[in-house]
Amino acid sequence: MVERSPILNMLCHAILIAGALMVCVPLYFAFVAGSLTVAEVQKVPLPWLPGGQFFDNLQLAWSKGNFSRTFANSIIVALGITAGKIAVSLLSAFAITYFRFRYRMLAFWLIFTSLMLPIEVRIVPTFEAVANAALPLQWLLDTLHIADLWRWISGHEVAIALEWNMVNTYPGLILPLIASATATFLFRQFFLTIPEELCEAARLDGASPLHFFWSILLPLSVPNMVALAIILFLFGWNQYLWPLLFTTDKDMATAVIALKGLIPRSDSEPAWNIAMSGALLTMLPPVLVVLLLQRWFIKGLVDSSK
Amino acid sequence: MTLRLSIPWREARAPVLQGRHGGGGSKAVPAAVAGGSRWSGRTRPREEAGLKRANFGDGPGLPTLLLLPQLLILLFFFFIPSLRALMQSVLLSDPFGTNVQFVWFDNFKTLLASSDYRQSITVTFWFTVAQNVLTLGSALVLAFATDRIVRGRSAYRTIILLPYAIAPAIAGILWAFLFNPAVGPLAQVLQGLGIAWDPNLNPADALILVTLAASWKHICYDYIFLVVGLLAVPVSLMEAAAVDGAGPIRRFVSIALPMLGPTIFFLTVMNFIYGFFETFAIIDAVTKGGPAGATNILVYKVFVDGFVNLDLGSSAAQSVLLMSFALICTLLQFRYFDRKVNYGV
Repeated sequence: MVERSPILNMLCHAILIAGALMVCVPLYFAFVAGSLTVAEVQKVPLPWLPGGQFFDNLQLAWSKGNFSRTFANSIIVALGITAGKIAVSLLSAFAITYFRFRYRMLAFWLIFTSLMLPIEVRIVPTFEAVANAALPLQWLLDTLHIADLWRWISGHEVAIALEWNMVNTYPGLILPLIASATATFLFRQFFLTIPEELCEAARLDGASPLHFFWSILLPLSVPNMVALAIILFLFGWNQYLWPLLFTTDKDMATAVIALKGLIPRSDSEPAWNIAMSGALLTMLPPVLVVLLLQRWFIKGLVDSSK
Repeated sequence: MTLRLSIPWREARAPVLQGRHGGGGSKAVPAAVAGGSRWSGRTRPREEAGLKRANFGDGPGLPTLLLLPQLLILLFFFFIPSLRALMQSVLLSDPFGTNVQFVWFDNFKTLLASSDYRQSITVTFWFTVAQNVLTLGSALVLAFATDRIVRGRSAYRTIILLPYAIAPAIAGILWAFLFNPAVGPLAQVLQGLGIAWDPNLNPADALILVTLAASWKHICYDYIFLVVGLLAVPVSLMEAAAVDGAGPIRRFVSIALPMLGPTIFFLTVMNFIYGFFETFAIIDAVTKGGPAGATNILVYKVFVDGFVNLDLGSSAAQSVLLMSFALICTLLQFRYFDRKVNYGV
């Protein structure tokens, strides 16, 4: 603060209050609608104060959205994506910073290429690839003209390989979202700041590369891992397109997808109260994560985009 | 020549390698010293970019193993699908995939000639530009205000950051309810003002609705980067300007804003990426591309043509075009990295 200017400070508070209101108004009305009965929620104008049905609606939304199952799915998928991304990118960052090998730059660029192509862009071919992950294998066999030979040796084995279907499975929901250039670069940047002496000392003491990784690099990376884990958990929980396509079975849907089923369409009963209760339920875990771990969350957000 | 070049290089590396090779390195010393005197101009070896000086040396075995999970996932879910998109974009097939023809760039030609696709480009353009202006503008104002005040700063920040935790689909649903023509409280306010608001029928209303929802969800992202960026602006600069008589707003516009330039550039690119790709969920949950294609953004059209209309060739051609766009964004981001180094903010 360089000078005193009470008027400008008041104005700044007013701006921030307006910003906070902008965030809160949709959430408040979701809460109000979630506490009304179906009849009340259709009244014009909508009451501006909450009614008494909040917990009943929560219960109804919970059972209608199959949330006891879909929440578990969401948690599994979000944690799977988080753990998978961190593990995979830690290993590759270690490989490209601590080893000199011929294809180091090639590997670096291969990972880098994937940086900006979100799954939405290549959705159709990716779906085909995961719906039948053996497809490229089959294509390879066909081009090399050994398919016939293979079939001649053991017919049914080919048949199994050709139908490696990952639809409605956890690996199908998790694996395609695990590769992460961003996380790899975050760890790479971090490894580059670690003092060279640590590695030299470890080698003098006869530590193998993996030993060095496990007992020195990994403990040093914990703050970065935590910060990144929060961002990745939100990313995993809030996934939409991939689970939408990939879960034809209702029991494999994630919470966000189940919520979509609760939105009233033009031809159904306008049960917005249930939809809003469901929305509040579904956003609760990630909101809690952000509220409770805010400092880590900001660090993760800013670091992972550098 | 190449041999001599390599000698000083090794010599400079020798201290690092000694720990590993032990006494074996002693033989190379005389040659290395000779080489060293000859190439005294280069005392340090050319370091490989992004490689630790103290590394675990050569040998592709272990690093390959470490890279394998990432590369396998990339191969299966990234490179092969991208290649397939490229291949499909030059093929014409019927919905059942029984009849496939090689048609060169016909898919692209048909696509660029179709009015649907052009409409989709226009919609995407206005949607992302409006979203970008709204998001960045609000974030700048909020960040400026946050930087000025002391009391209650973290409370405001906590609330403004909340939408980051909320899924785009849920953000869409919240706004769809607020502006639902039958039950939405804000729609009722608009109707009370005599505006015939109905996003289910009126294309402009639908586009406004998804733009609002998309911006609401994304302001927090730009906001936190700007707040962090403002903290990095040197206080001494601000104080010097204040002594020279520049008011708070003048200082923000003339000092903080230019220093935030790289950040703003980066955020603009990220906003475009968000608008292009991640808003899929908002569109699908709120308007499904309607009414009459008014909110049918490019990435939603890829999905609809691929999975609903089963026009694989066209969908793949659209994917290829979008991928090219995303690559351009990546290159732009590279520029951001360069500029960031120069400015040092």
